[in-house]
Amino acid sequence: MSRLENLFKAQSKRVLNVYCTAGYPNLNSTLQIMESLQENGANIIELGMPYSDPLADGEVIQSSSLHALSNGMTLQVLFEQLSEMRKTIHIPLVLMGYMNPILQYGFEAFCVRAKEVGVDGLILPDLPLYEFENIYGKTIKDNGLDFIFLVTPETPEERLRKLDSLSSGFLYAVSSSATTGKDKDFSQVAIYLERLQQMNLKNPILVGFGIKDKLSFDAVNEFTNGAIIGSAYINALSKGEDVGVITKQFLNEVLGN
Amino acid sequence: MQAFNTQVNYQNPSIEGYYGEFGGAYIPEMLFKNVETLKAEYLKIMEEPTFIAEVDALLKDYVGRPTPLFYAERLSKEIGANIYLKREDLCHTGAHKINNTIGQIVLAKRLGKTKIIAETGAGQHGVATATVCALKGMECVVYMGEKDIERQAPNVARMKMLGAKVVPAKSGSKTLKDATNEAIRAWINEPNETHYIIGSVVGPHPYPDMVARFQSVISKEMRLQLKEKLGNELPTHVVACVGGGSNAAGAFYHFLNEPTVALVAVEAAGHGVYSGLSAATTQLGTHGILHGSKSIVMQTSDGQVVEPHSISAGLDYPGIGPLHAFLYESKRGTFLSATDEEALASAFHISQIEGIIPALETAHAFSVLPKLGLKPTDVVVVCLSGRGDKDLATYMEHL
Repeated sequence: MSRLENLFKAQSKRVLNVYCTAGYPNLNSTLQIMESLQENGANIIELGMPYSDPLADGEVIQSSSLHALSNGMTLQVLFEQLSEMRKTIHIPLVLMGYMNPILQYGFEAFCVRAKEVGVDGLILPDLPLYEFENIYGKTIKDNGLDFIFLVTPETPEERLRKLDSLSSGFLYAVSSSATTGKDKDFSQVAIYLERLQQMNLKNPILVGFGIKDKLSFDAVNEFTNGAIIGSAYINALSKGEDVGVITKQFLNEVLGN
Repeated sequence: MQAFNTQVNYQNPSIEGYYGEFGGAYIPEMLFKNVETLKAEYLKIMEEPTFIAEVDALLKDYVGRPTPLFYAERLSKEIGANIYLKREDLCHTGAHKINNTIGQIVLAKRLGKTKIIAETGAGQHGVATATVCALKGMECVVYMGEKDIERQAPNVARMKMLGAKVVPAKSGSKTLKDATNEAIRAWINEPNETHYIIGSVVGPHPYPDMVARFQSVISKEMRLQLKEKLGNELPTHVVACVGGGSNAAGAFYHFLNEPTVALVAVEAAGHGVYSGLSAATTQLGTHGILHGSKSIVMQTSDGQVVEPHSISAGLDYPGIGPLHAFLYESKRGTFLSATDEEALASAFHISQIEGIIPALETAHAFSVLPKLGLKPTDVVVVCLSGRGDKDLATYMEHL
C-alpha cells in the first residue's frame, strides 16, 4: 500500500498538503523546509520542480521558480538533495512540475530515480490525458508512482470520472479555472465541491488554488478530504526570515493550533 | 517508449494535433474546455458557406486581397533566376498577420465570445488583432513583453489608438515568449467569455492547424497567380522567414504535398548561429514542449527554455511551430538562417533595387537567395510578409 493510501486510510479529514518550490528560498533549503513542514503538521509535501515557463502558476510561484533556477536548482541537484531524505521524512512526498524538464532528463529515468529516492506521486499539469494513456502512464505506474490528475469546475462529468479512475493517491480539485495564487469566491467553490462529494469518486479529494489561511482551509474541508496550500506559503517564505520559524507560524495559523 | 504514428499528408495533423511526433495539446486542465470546444468546432465552422463568405469578403474589401505577385526584375537579373514577390506587405496593417486575425475574430463571434486576448512580439500581430477587434466591436487586450514595448513604440501607439489595452509582460526575458505565457495565463483566468487569438502556428492543437489554414490564402493565391502569369501553378522554390512560422506556413501550405516545390524556411541567426545570441531554433534546439505543443525548442540540457536573440522582434522566439519541426525533421523543408547583419544588408538592398522597404523579418528571407544555387529557369516565390515602416528606427541607425 502506498504512503498516500495509508495516509488517507488513517486520516480522512483535514489533510494538509503544502507546496514549496525546490531550491527556494535557498538552493539547500529544500530538506530543511520539508523537515519543518513534517514537524509542524503538514500531512503531504508537494515539491515543485522549477521551470522557466510554468503556465499553470501565478506570479508568486513563477517568481519562486525563477529564483530557484538562478540558485542553481536542476533535477539532478534535486534528486541528490532527496537521496537521503527518507531517513528523516516519513510523510508522503509528491513532485509537481512541467513536462519539458522531465523529457530532457528522460521520462523513464526520471520515474526510476524518483521512486528510488522515495517520492510517492507526481503532479504534472501539462501532461494531457491522451498522452498519459498512450505513452507516459505506463512508465509512471510501472515504477510504482501515484499520478494525480487535476480537475476543475469546468471538467465534464464523464471526463472527471475518467481522470479519477486513472489517478491514484488523491485527486487534485482546482477550486476554479484560474492560475495559482488568485483569491476565490468560496460560495461558488462550495457548490462545486459539494457536487464532487456527491459523485462518490474513487480517490480522496484535495482542493487547491486559493487556499491561503485557516478560513479557506476550514471552508473547503466541509466537503473534501483536505487542501493544498502553495502561493500563501511561498509568500510567507519570501519574507526572508528563518524558514523553520516561518513554517511553524504559518502552519499553526492554518491548522488553528 | 512508443512513438506516435507518422503521417505523410503535411496539411492535416492527426486528430490529436500531431505532425509526426510534433504537436499535441500539452495544456493544464484549466484550459481543457476552451481548447476542446475549439478543437471540436474549428473545422466545422471554417467549412460553413456563410463563414467562408464573410471571411472572403473581409479579405477582399478590408484587407485588400488578393495581394499582388510581383516579378522582381532587377533582383531576378542579379540572382540569375525568376524571382516573384508575394506582396503581403500590402495587406491592411502592413503584414500577413491580419489574414489570421480576420479568420479568428469571425470564428470567435460564432463561438459566442465577447473578449479577445492576444500576444505580440514586434506588435504586428497585436495591431492586426486590435484592428479586427475594432472592426467587430470586441474588447481587446494584448500582452506584450516589457522590452518589446520599449523597442516597438509605434505599434504600441497603434494598438492603443485602435482601442486595445496593452499589458506589459514583466516575467522572464520580457519578450514574446513571456507575452505568450501571460496571454495563456490570462485565458486560464477568464476562460468562458474570452477567445485567445494566437498569432503564429504555435500553441496547443488546434491552433497550429487553424492558423496555418487561415494563412493558407497566401499560397492559394500564389498558385492562381503563377498559373495566370506562367501557365504553371508550381514554382521551383518558395522562400519565407520563420519565427513561429505563420507566414511560412501560409506560403508553403498549398505546396506541402507537391514534392517538386522546394520549401525554404529562413530562421534568424542573430549574431551567428553559434554565437550564443541567435534564434535559429532548428539548428540550436532539441525536442521539447513550449506553449502547449511538442516541437523543437531552444533549451538548456536541464530543459529550461533559453532566451533567443534576433534583431527582429518577430523572429525572436525560442520555438517553432510543430508543422515546421516536422518539415525540418522529415527533410521536406530546407532550413537556412540569416544573421542580423545579413538581414539588415538585404533590407537596404531590396529597398534600393526594387523600391520596396521590407520588414526586418522578411529581410532574412531575401538573404538566402544567393545561397540557393538557383538556375535561370527556376521560379522562386519569396513571401514578402511585411513592410518595413515599423523597423525604421533600426534602419535609421544604419543609414
